[in-house]
Amino acid sequence: MCQVIFVADIRKPLPKATPETQEFWDGVKQGKFILQRCNDPKCAKVYFPPRPFCPVCASRSVSSFAGSGRGKLASYVINHRPAPGFDAPYGICIVDLDEGPRLMTSIVGVPQTPEALVLDMAVELAPTVASDEISLPTFRPVGA
Amino acid sequence: MKRKSVAIVGASETTELGVIPHLSQMGLHADAALNAMADCGLSPKDIDGVATAGQSPTEIAWYLGITPTYVDGTSVGGCSFMLHVRHAAAAINEGLCNTVLITHGESGRSGIGRGGFGGGPSTLGGQFEAPYGIFGAPNTFTIPVLRYMKQYGVTEEQLAMVAVVQREWAGRNPRAAMRDPITVDDVLSSRLIAWPFHLLECCLVSDGGGALILTSAERAKDFPTKPVYILGTGESVETPMVSQMEDLTSSRAFKVSGKKAFDEAGISHKDVDHLMIYDAFAHLPLYGLEDLGFVGRGEAPAFIAEGNTRMGGKLPLNTNGGGLSYAHSGMYGMFALQESVRQMRGTAPAQVAGAKIAVSHGVGGMFGAAGTIIMSNEAP
Ligand SMILES: [Zn+2]
Repeated sequence: MCQVIFVADIRKPLPKATPETQEFWDGVKQGKFILQRCNDPKCAKVYFPPRPFCPVCASRSVSSFAGSGRGKLASYVINHRPAPGFDAPYGICIVDLDEGPRLMTSIVGVPQTPEALVLDMAVELAPTVASDEISLPTFRPVGA
Repeated sequence: MKRKSVAIVGASETTELGVIPHLSQMGLHADAALNAMADCGLSPKDIDGVATAGQSPTEIAWYLGITPTYVDGTSVGGCSFMLHVRHAAAAINEGLCNTVLITHGESGRSGIGRGGFGGGPSTLGGQFEAPYGIFGAPNTFTIPVLRYMKQYGVTEEQLAMVAVVQREWAGRNPRAAMRDPITVDDVLSSRLIAWPFHLLECCLVSDGGGALILTSAERAKDFPTKPVYILGTGESVETPMVSQMEDLTSSRAFKVSGKKAFDEAGISHKDVDHLMIYDAFAHLPLYGLEDLGFVGRGEAPAFIAEGNTRMGGKLPLNTNGGGLSYAHSGMYGMFALQESVRQMRGTAPAQVAGAKIAVSHGVGGMFGAAGTIIMSNEAP
């Protein structure tokens, strides 16, 4: 799902993984969106960002799995006051994954305009290589 | 505080102690919290109060899946947790909450995931929001509104009306920074900050401050000022990251805080004569009117556009001009409270005649936290 690799500007702020999130960041590097699920069948909550317990029932018995990497564009702004390393205008987006969790991200490979960023459009994982350690879980429209 | 009225029922340290390189600082808080809950047979759904220092209580509550009605972020150094116990006892006696969780976690040796309030690339925000170019409140707090606008068919013109009506109020306030009348066209032709938000839909950046002094209702009668009584209070937090809101069209913290305050005050919405809703950006009065229950879901834009919150309307809102037109120092909540007090004392420049009950609702972070204070000028 990630034939196209978008390379980030090195001035941008980079995430630093913690022991609880390392598996997630390793997954993005391999083109996967790792999610977690509660092992209690009565709960079975799928959640994000990663943590070693269920945020609904507090069970410490949870599993990681590779999600579909697909979702829908839930909301965004088109920012005109750029953060260091960014060229305005650019979208700051929220994607709702098909499995339920939502995340902040960028939609890459399309113009950063209201016409191109259509709410509820289907998107898929298209990681952006940011450093040797970190690829960001960015998305692109399905079929783009 | 009545003697022996509150007890410690659960207590535990982290599973390991000394060198713990496989957990972040947040992970240490959570590990200790899970152990303490296991110690006394509770789960996060049993907890309705959260206290911590050196870490945002918003982070703790969200990370553990707690919906609190009592939040204490008192942070005064190593003795903070003694203070948390004291506040918790008072809170429980007062009925603000039933069960308070106080957490401590510090990766003092390994230094993993330290950073507390929003700093550092290994914090939750540093990992899961900062990489996408968020840069202060104007392009972060505003992200949910497109979903709200699509869900309820709200136009950019209706969003702009929030700023237009508040400017009308500001025109009546000599201390307001921006007093000249504006039109919807003025708002929509002002500079784009983070589409769909224009400059005139974003708060001012001001110097300023305020202070309040409270005392018992009994003593209050002896002061020269007209007493303003606290009728009801509420608070809550939801998430340190706007991208993790449960519902992008509604603030859980607003709803929990508002309901708590109204229940405590024992009033209904029609009893409210004056309303302040912290308006860092033009969408906040919309979310506030709906989440506090003054109007139904999706009804706030039309409610404002039809003039209900302007001078002479049935629910005067942000009568100082708000953060959009009066002043915004960074933590504007104090200014909202000051205007509520002026209205209850009958001394506001844009006084609402005969107002007896005022609601002052504030936000913290980017829909992260909320606090609601209901006041009355009628003696108990
Ligand atoms: Zn669970």
